[in-house]
Amino acid sequence: MSDSREPAEGRERTAAGLTAGGPESQRSGPAADARPERVVLDAVAIDRAVMRIAHEILERNTNPQEIALVAIVRGGVAVAGLIGDRVAEIAGTSVRSGELDVTLYRDDVIGRGKRPIPHRTKMPFSVRGLRVVLIDDVVFTGRTIRSAMDAVIDFGRPEAIQVAALVDRGHRELPIQVDYVGKNIPTSRGEQVLFRTATGGGYEVVLQ
Amino acid sequence: MKNLLGIEYIDREEIELLLDTAEAMLEISQREIKRVPTLRGRTVINLFLEPSTRTRVSFEIAAKRLSADAINVSASGSSLSKAETLNDMAENLAAMNADVLVVRDRTAGVPQMLSERVRIPVVNAGDGAHEHPTQALLDVFTVRQALGGVEGRVVTIIGDIAHSRVARSDIYAFLKLGAEVRIAGPPTMMPVGIEELGVKPCSSIEEALDGAHVICMLRIQRERLEGALFPSVREYSQTYGLTRELLGLARPDAIVLHPGPINRGVEIGTDVVDSEPSRILDQVTNGVAVRMAVLYMLTGEGS
Amino acid sequence: MTRLRIAGARIIDPSSGIDERLDIDIEDGRISAVGANLAGIPEEVLEAEGLWLTPGFVDIHTHLREPGEEYKEDIASGTRAAAAGGFTTVCCMANTDPVNDSPAITEFIARRARDTASVNVHVIAAATQGLRGEIMSEMSSLAAAGAVAFSDDGNTIMDAAVMRRVLEYAGGVGRPVIAHCEDLNLKGSAVVHEGAHATCCGLMGSPGEAESVLVARDLELARLTGAHLHIAHVSAARSVEMIREAKSAGVRVTAEVTPHHLAQTDEVIRGYDTNTKMAPPLRTARDREVLRMGLADGTIDCVATDHAPHASYEKDVEFSAAPFGVIGLETALPIVLELARDHRMSELDAIGRLTHRAARVLGLRAGTLEAGAAADMTLVDPEAIWKLDPRKLRSRSRNSSFVDREFRGLALRTWVGGRLVHNSDDVDEQR
Repeated sequence: MSDSREPAEGRERTAAGLTAGGPESQRSGPAADARPERVVLDAVAIDRAVMRIAHEILERNTNPQEIALVAIVRGGVAVAGLIGDRVAEIAGTSVRSGELDVTLYRDDVIGRGKRPIPHRTKMPFSVRGLRVVLIDDVVFTGRTIRSAMDAVIDFGRPEAIQVAALVDRGHRELPIQVDYVGKNIPTSRGEQVLFRTATGGGYEVVLQ
Repeated sequence: MKNLLGIEYIDREEIELLLDTAEAMLEISQREIKRVPTLRGRTVINLFLEPSTRTRVSFEIAAKRLSADAINVSASGSSLSKAETLNDMAENLAAMNADVLVVRDRTAGVPQMLSERVRIPVVNAGDGAHEHPTQALLDVFTVRQALGGVEGRVVTIIGDIAHSRVARSDIYAFLKLGAEVRIAGPPTMMPVGIEELGVKPCSSIEEALDGAHVICMLRIQRERLEGALFPSVREYSQTYGLTRELLGLARPDAIVLHPGPINRGVEIGTDVVDSEPSRILDQVTNGVAVRMAVLYMLTGEGS
Repeated sequence: MTRLRIAGARIIDPSSGIDERLDIDIEDGRISAVGANLAGIPEEVLEAEGLWLTPGFVDIHTHLREPGEEYKEDIASGTRAAAAGGFTTVCCMANTDPVNDSPAITEFIARRARDTASVNVHVIAAATQGLRGEIMSEMSSLAAAGAVAFSDDGNTIMDAAVMRRVLEYAGGVGRPVIAHCEDLNLKGSAVVHEGAHATCCGLMGSPGEAESVLVARDLELARLTGAHLHIAHVSAARSVEMIREAKSAGVRVTAEVTPHHLAQTDEVIRGYDTNTKMAPPLRTARDREVLRMGLADGTIDCVATDHAPHASYEKDVEFSAAPFGVIGLETALPIVLELARDHRMSELDAIGRLTHRAARVLGLRAGTLEAGAAADMTLVDPEAIWKLDPRKLRSRSRNSSFVDREFRGLALRTWVGGRLVHNSDDVDEQR
């Protein structure tokens, strides 16, 4: 699960009833929508970042048949879609893609932890011998990526695992690197970084 | 949700939560490595005081797919015949330091009584004629999977309703999810007061099947029947057995469920078991997923 | 013995119809006078303004479990419980171990009662040998040994021919037969009343007809033999209707009802509390209503507790495996008083159902405050509110169906033969 909030429509359900926000929610006090925010990536900037990431992925992984773009559900799905389209365009051929829900691998779920409802995983291929690129919207503490790596490895032994994110906001708690980043945005812990649909169409990233 | 003692005690939202979770769990069962680390380090006790291989194995698989350890404790005979009180049983279980207790007993009320004496969540895996909640959950899951939903569908349950925990749990579950529920069976097997739950008792199998979306056939338990509730197996299968012909009275897209084990040729024709409308095998697969969802939900923080 | 005067209480003596504020004097273990301005200066005066003074209650259906099951209860503890409930006379049933079907056992119980009982104890002996329902017991010798009635309670006499002969023979001996009407075939392995609650709980139930078919049979046999038939623990509406009809037709039948059947319905089984499991089972609200009306109009003669102790560890098992039975000596009074509060009967009549009406069924000299009678009395605070705390029960067993329930009405003092056998203020009163 990404570190960002869901795009506007998302509200997470848990066994304790309906509750807002995802796992590493920093949400407290009045609705986050009321907090002051500024756009750090507008639609144009996102397009440019996605284009660059797509090129970088293909440069580093020269054989498109060996690439598997795996979106981390749910934050990474839209971003992975954008990246996947660009990669297919540039490479001239479609590239394997999947969606990975990491709920059941989260370190705050395992054991006697929280109980959010897991979402569907769609990984209709074996990852053996593939170069998996995990894609999320925002990388923060790195815990989500670690969970995702554990999950991918349970699907088989990949040739390599790389990480792509639209935003890297720092504050790692684990030694996780982002191989392909759209933008590094320094933040303080209390701030939120949200990837969402923009009112005018397309997407935007805001900092609250 | 602290325990799962019966569908009677949970609401529609909780049922849907479990079903949605089971969807994700189902996908895990289709992977090459059918395992997630979510209940790593946790222990599930399967306390089966009434023997059952199928349900116990299903719970065991569910536990292991979540990386939990499963301890099987079986005992036959009542607490009384072992001269052990429920308090004693609870204390012995406490000494095993488990995280969740799955209980099946041949008499009603035992999971509830144990839940009052232990500190861990309790899952009812079938208590006498009372409830079998995970069976009902996998039944509604299977209907959702096959028909897209339960709301507004006509569900027919046929058989020995009086002695069936599956019937009771199914009735609660299907009604809570908005289905119309009909029941049919020999008059000697209709429990008193069942209409108060909101089901429609039918006087014949034909009436019950007419236009149904879902047909749940209950197993005739020869060993459990008391006194002569019906004259012979042959007569039962002639009056209440589901044949391909009778199946034709239901909707063309109707599905057939059975909690198992099946008595081919008794309550259900052997050709029906193997026919396209039968979802009996799906039920088994879905059973593991549903039980994974239950174990997941009950072992969280704050349970 | 000293002369005791109880002053200012409302004297309620249904046997004589007295219901007014009077004084009462006790001397040498007997009631010496009841009136307004009694002569003489008593040595001890108990001011009892605002309280009731009634005859000690009479319970014609109790299980004291001695001999054989003293771990559940014995005569000493059971009669202490009786005294705490305001009872001064109890009759104990024969399903002991060994069964009380011989004069030796009857004499044993009588002797143990003389030595250890807090209240008067009368013995009910078995109607058939071993309670097996086959061969009648030696009723003549048993009566000579002191048995006041015969009953296979705990079991049912399923064979009509046997029941007929039992009634005839008992009639000859001049004792009533107390029938436990529960058709074992209709009952099967049922543990509760057959109804919506049993269905929801997944428990086997037996319908009221399991009782009424045998009530019908036994009423016919009572009519045939002319013997005195007493129906134990009536629980079903149809039974009441049939008894009413039989009485107006002149059949010599009497009947009793338990406090729990007057107070509760089968709704309470939903939590699988084994302390709601007894035979006959609690039935529906309609049955309860008919039982209350039956007690009020006299169709049912009296209240009898069917006090049936079981050890906690015996009850702490699966519902279907637990033994049947609940205790009731210490909670009978407030339940009976509730019926008076609901205006179904006067307080005089309500107390009568616990006293002289019960004594009359078995022809016992008890349940009266007339001058010269033994000073078996109960001082009642009809307004005292209390909650059942299992640890404070005098009975050795804790299997009450009323745990945590609030009651209104308490026996403050109980005297047997002028001797104080219960004082509710005494916290150290022996259990």
